[in-house]
Amino acid sequence: MTLSLFNQFLSPSLMWTPLAAIALALPWALFPRQTARWVNNRLLSLQSWFLGQFTQQIFLPINNPGHKWALLLASLMLFLITLNTTGLLPYTFTPTTQLSMNMGFAIPLWLATVILGLWTQPTQALGHLLPEGTPTPLIPVLIIIETISLFIRPIALGVRLTANLTAGHLLIQLISSATSVLLSILPAVATFTITLLFLLTLLEVAVAMIQAYVFVLLLSLYLQENV
Amino acid sequence: MHLPLLFPSFPAATPPVPVKMADKPVPVVEKRLMDVKLGELPRWVAGRNLTPNGLVAGVFGAYDRYYNKYINVKKGGIGGVAMFLFGYVAISYVWSYEHLKHDRWRKYH
Repeated sequence: MTLSLFNQFLSPSLMWTPLAAIALALPWALFPRQTARWVNNRLLSLQSWFLGQFTQQIFLPINNPGHKWALLLASLMLFLITLNTTGLLPYTFTPTTQLSMNMGFAIPLWLATVILGLWTQPTQALGHLLPEGTPTPLIPVLIIIETISLFIRPIALGVRLTANLTAGHLLIQLISSATSVLLSILPAVATFTITLLFLLTLLEVAVAMIQAYVFVLLLSLYLQENV
Repeated sequence: MHLPLLFPSFPAATPPVPVKMADKPVPVVEKRLMDVKLGELPRWVAGRNLTPNGLVAGVFGAYDRYYNKYINVKKGGIGGVAMFLFGYVAISYVWSYEHLKHDRWRKYH
């Protein structure tokens, strides 16, 4: 019984191809390549506008050497936001509910920022482990705490994304199964759960976009510290 | 201009009409997919380029045709993307059917 709640997060295979492969290829198909034209079709114009706004917003606080990360962070943002929002369509598979994939994004990117910081400016990178104005007796404890918080960052990044999306999908499944059962027993309560389901779906759409943005924003903050 | 009386069944009042030839028969393999009849489908698929390169070229070609017909137009609407996403939902349903069919007659979900 409890096992069936998490069955939606398995990737079904047909002819030895998992659905996850199709789900991962979808963002490529939804975003067309830039052309040399002055005026493009509407989808491409929308995409260019969004990318411009997003990149400008994210890279405003980052100094010039960090702007090399623009392509990586912008493509990561597009990828995550597409995976999250298309995962809300019926019967689809959301790859970002899998912890393995989110850790696969979080750990290498976080480690890259840390190594970059230690390589280019080791003093400043290590200096982040002790905030300014700390009272002297607190220094040893605070260094330990800051080191722990540094190492917890990739775990937090990955688990945040996974947990938010998994919880959202689970809630949708639970409330929708409650609604379908209640429709035959107590239709009045079913209207309440239907309203709840509708509001929850709106929330999930928002969460899907916000979580993708938060992931990339935090990475840009880690980059800002270290570059 | 009068044609010689080769077709005496023609009424004299109608203008002379040359006999039409049927369209030349095209080999099945060279037809476009929409012109292939259902019974000819296995033969058509067998005759296509099924090497990995050919399959990849087929996928990209299909994508390009869809893109240029529905999205890369002057006033494209939501229809192009919506059809694509609906197709994605349909494919996901087909992919998870084996798993989903058990839910249909289950008493407790």
